[in-house]
Amino acid sequence: MEYIIIIISAIFVNNILLAQFLGCCPFLGVSNKLSTAVGMSGAVCFVITLATLVTYLLQKYVLDVLGIGFLQTIAFILVIAALVQMVEIVLKKVSPALYQALGIFLPLITTNCAVLGVALIVVTKEFTFGGEPHMLNLGESVVYAFATSLGFGLAMILFAGLREQLALNKVPKSFKGIPIALVTASILAMAFMGFSGLV
Amino acid sequence: MTKFQLITKGLIKENPTFVLLLGMCPTLATTTSAINGMSMGLATLFVLVLSNMAISAIAKVIPDKVRIPAYIVVIATFVTLLQFIMQAYTPAIYETLGIFIPLIVVNCIVLGRAEAFANKNSVVDSACDGLGIGLGFTLSLTVLGLIREILGSGSAFGFKFIPGDGILCFVLAPGAFMVLGYLIVLFHKLTDKKN
Repeated sequence: MEYIIIIISAIFVNNILLAQFLGCCPFLGVSNKLSTAVGMSGAVCFVITLATLVTYLLQKYVLDVLGIGFLQTIAFILVIAALVQMVEIVLKKVSPALYQALGIFLPLITTNCAVLGVALIVVTKEFTFGGEPHMLNLGESVVYAFATSLGFGLAMILFAGLREQLALNKVPKSFKGIPIALVTASILAMAFMGFSGLV
Repeated sequence: MTKFQLITKGLIKENPTFVLLLGMCPTLATTTSAINGMSMGLATLFVLVLSNMAISAIAKVIPDKVRIPAYIVVIATFVTLLQFIMQAYTPAIYETLGIFIPLIVVNCIVLGRAEAFANKNSVVDSACDGLGIGLGFTLSLTVLGLIREILGSGSAFGFKFIPGDGILCFVLAPGAFMVLGYLIVLFHKLTDKKN
């Protein structure tokens, strides 16, 4: 039951893009076409889940044990950068087809703040899913990370669909490109506000 | 370019928010009030100036292939330093900005300036460039925060001058996207006329 609450909360209520503003760069940058949005979402989904698993273990069994929690920021970003690099190498060897599909998006993900953001959120913030406020355990963290990245994908794909339609319409000159995209995102965020209070 | 030009270009011509469209996450998330926006801008300014100086000083000894990870480590070091300083002297602001302080590490403005300017210019020029871009970022975040605060809660810099609750939507997520969108339009309109 608790896992279901985590999933619904992370996808709809606290959507990472439209309510928490993490990962806005790819949200505005690569949402021109539906196909690239799908590719980006897949890559982000993969990396966020894996990175959260690794950084959670790092925090719990290395940083906390040695009492060097202040190195969190540096340690996490290094781990994420190394992980992205590793995923790229492994994918190239194991599944060339998937590598082709995700290829160009992988290097971009290192500096996607959604990855570092989720990794930091799960080890620093207390959650109130199903009763008392508590820190997430390993299982909950990974489920939270996976659901968050699904939320990223949902918002990204919806937004890309909207922008593809928008490209066919006549838009005033000053609004062309990013401004009209931002106003669209605003209306999409308003729609997502309807989910608040659900959990 | 003279040092003065380096500092002033970030305000209008190469404004990181309205022209280059970099660092969108903190721009949208922390501008719920003018004070918050300004604090975020100044925090980024601090990291930007120091990391620009450090990177321009050590750029020649870093092998080309590993330069991006090296830059990220330099930036992360200054961000950690900033976290200590803010925890000690401005704990309230540190609490409000929360996760967005460590996230300066992945702010594309900082890495972007390192890659585009600091690694091929002198230390003093890089410091001026960091100062200019940082000031531009601070200015745009303050303006964005001010507008959202006036519309959303009827106050400016925490000073309430319109009675009542204001339009709550502008403090929440949709307001951030909308105000930024319209500000970019306004900015384009104003700068286009000048040329």
